[in-house]
Amino acid sequence: MTRQTSLLYLDGVSVSFDGFQALNELSLVIAPGEMRAIIGPNGAGKTTMMDVITGKTRPDTGDVYFDGVIDLTGEDEASIAELGIGRKFQKPTVFESHTVRDNLDLALKAPRGPFQTLFHTITGAETKQIAYLLDLIRLTDKQSELAANLSHGQKQWLEIGMLLAQDPKLLLVDEPAAGMTDAETEETAALLKDIAEDHSVVVVEHDMTFIRSLEVKVTVLHEGSVLAEGSLDHVSADPRVVEVYLGR
Amino acid sequence: MMTSFLFRALDKNAALFLGLLTAIIVAVPALNLLLPPDHPLHVPTYAVTLMGKYLTYALLALSVDLVWGYCGILSLGHAAFFALGGYAMGMYLMRQIGTRGVYGDPLLPDFMVFLNWDTLPWYWYGFDMFWFAALMVLLVPGLLAFIFGWFAFRSRVSGVYLSIITQALTYALLLAFFRNDMGFGGNNGLTDFKDILGFDVQADTTRAALFAASGIALGLCFIICRAITRSKLGKVLVAVRDAESRTRFLGYRVEHYKLFVWTISAMMAGIAGALYVPQVGIINPGEFAPANSIEAVIWVAVGGRGTLVGAVIGAVLVNFAKTWFTAAFPEFWLFALGGLFVFVTLFLPKGIVGTVTDNWAKVSRRKHAVDERPGDTPSTRPAPNPAE
Repeated sequence: MTRQTSLLYLDGVSVSFDGFQALNELSLVIAPGEMRAIIGPNGAGKTTMMDVITGKTRPDTGDVYFDGVIDLTGEDEASIAELGIGRKFQKPTVFESHTVRDNLDLALKAPRGPFQTLFHTITGAETKQIAYLLDLIRLTDKQSELAANLSHGQKQWLEIGMLLAQDPKLLLVDEPAAGMTDAETEETAALLKDIAEDHSVVVVEHDMTFIRSLEVKVTVLHEGSVLAEGSLDHVSADPRVVEVYLGR
Repeated sequence: MMTSFLFRALDKNAALFLGLLTAIIVAVPALNLLLPPDHPLHVPTYAVTLMGKYLTYALLALSVDLVWGYCGILSLGHAAFFALGGYAMGMYLMRQIGTRGVYGDPLLPDFMVFLNWDTLPWYWYGFDMFWFAALMVLLVPGLLAFIFGWFAFRSRVSGVYLSIITQALTYALLLAFFRNDMGFGGNNGLTDFKDILGFDVQADTTRAALFAASGIALGLCFIICRAITRSKLGKVLVAVRDAESRTRFLGYRVEHYKLFVWTISAMMAGIAGALYVPQVGIINPGEFAPANSIEAVIWVAVGGRGTLVGAVIGAVLVNFAKTWFTAAFPEFWLFALGGLFVFVTLFLPKGIVGTVTDNWAKVSRRKHAVDERPGDTPSTRPAPNPAE
């Protein structure tokens, strides 16, 4: 696939911190509408990759393009979010002293300037969208609770709901199943597959059963670059992948 | 747009506060001016001025609470904005003295004559007009805050580092204003005021009017703060306080929000300073002292940060205690203040108002739970948000 037809295009991206090579000539292409799972042992560079895409970290070298033409290396977090990339953190991060409803309200796609929010009044369409999202993430009866009172799994879901409220083209989801029960993990996989119907999604995860239930192309990262790519059966048959995961 | 913005600010709790404030604004001057001095309910003029001073402190506390309580910016330099507003007002009052000064110079304030200056420095021009001074009361602190905030927030300086820089800012201004060649009266500052808008600053009626003006300013700024904190912008501010990077990744430009609220807050502190100076009759570099800014933070902590009423209550209570304490046991006041801060931090982390509303919410929730039949879904918010 060429850069022009891709949704996300990373080419030769390198990042180092104090001599530690976090990303090493990483190249990765995500097609529009694709869902991709990214796995790799600790320190493989998964989170750094997300940091580079979302503007938190600037790459030392390499190209990062969104939608074929937008150079992301020149943009900051806020403008990248506005371009249509939503990110869920590894540790669920929601606004604890706001209600569930207000969390979604803040995430909804709407003008983001201080003067626009100062005079903002909620519209009927927004109320409907919030109701829809509350139903989707199964928090309708918790909508008036403070987010601080939610369980770990509910916070994960709320954060996914906030991501959807932004209406992004691409969702970066970092360990959505971490700390969830088996049943919750299953539901989360189903939710993500639902979301992938009309969004592009990149999921970083450790849980292999979770990855398997997604049934998507898998990219294995190791020491900051791509080690293998393909179906989960294909990559887990790769002797180098086995070696990286099991150690020498 | 504007009406719904202001309408949001007014609910039962706000109305209660504003009603009480209005009663005080009317009652105190009335009891001072209308009753004969020997009447048991007569409020002496010194008390009117003292309470007027508390109201300006309450406004300063409100401005600190807006940035600290709602946006998590712990400013240890808000007294700088307060003092700058005070100096702008002081300059106007100096120029009103005219030929009544010791040296009788029609243009130059006494301290300039004393320093053998023969022309008025350019930055004193315009301060003979009240409207100009009033404008500067807002613009000077606002502009300084804007420039300071522009650099600090864009470079993402936050937390304790920002607090230290704000402390340095007020200390630098303290040193600068101490210098005679700055042209602000040096060590002695500006004092010996005669009249304001043509009225004698010592007169009982002027004092009562200044008290009322302080109360009105407090009320208006309270409404503005409340409209801000209850708007979507206010929710974004709390979001920044609780999870700054999450807010950024949602597409909000956090630095713009901080800059907005920081600048508004500095202007409110400036108004407070401007009302303070004619009531106490002097402004000197001591107002820039780092301890003053820290004291303002303590008022907010005591009253309850993140609650606007709390800031007001904290400022009034602590200053009332200070007035009493410094008269009764002058050498122990700082110990008492420090002890109060430790006590509040340990036992009332949400301050007086935060603790009261929390307990009230608990009680009403328990009652609610008893009333409620199983299967009912509560339609109201279970806990009143302490941020309101």
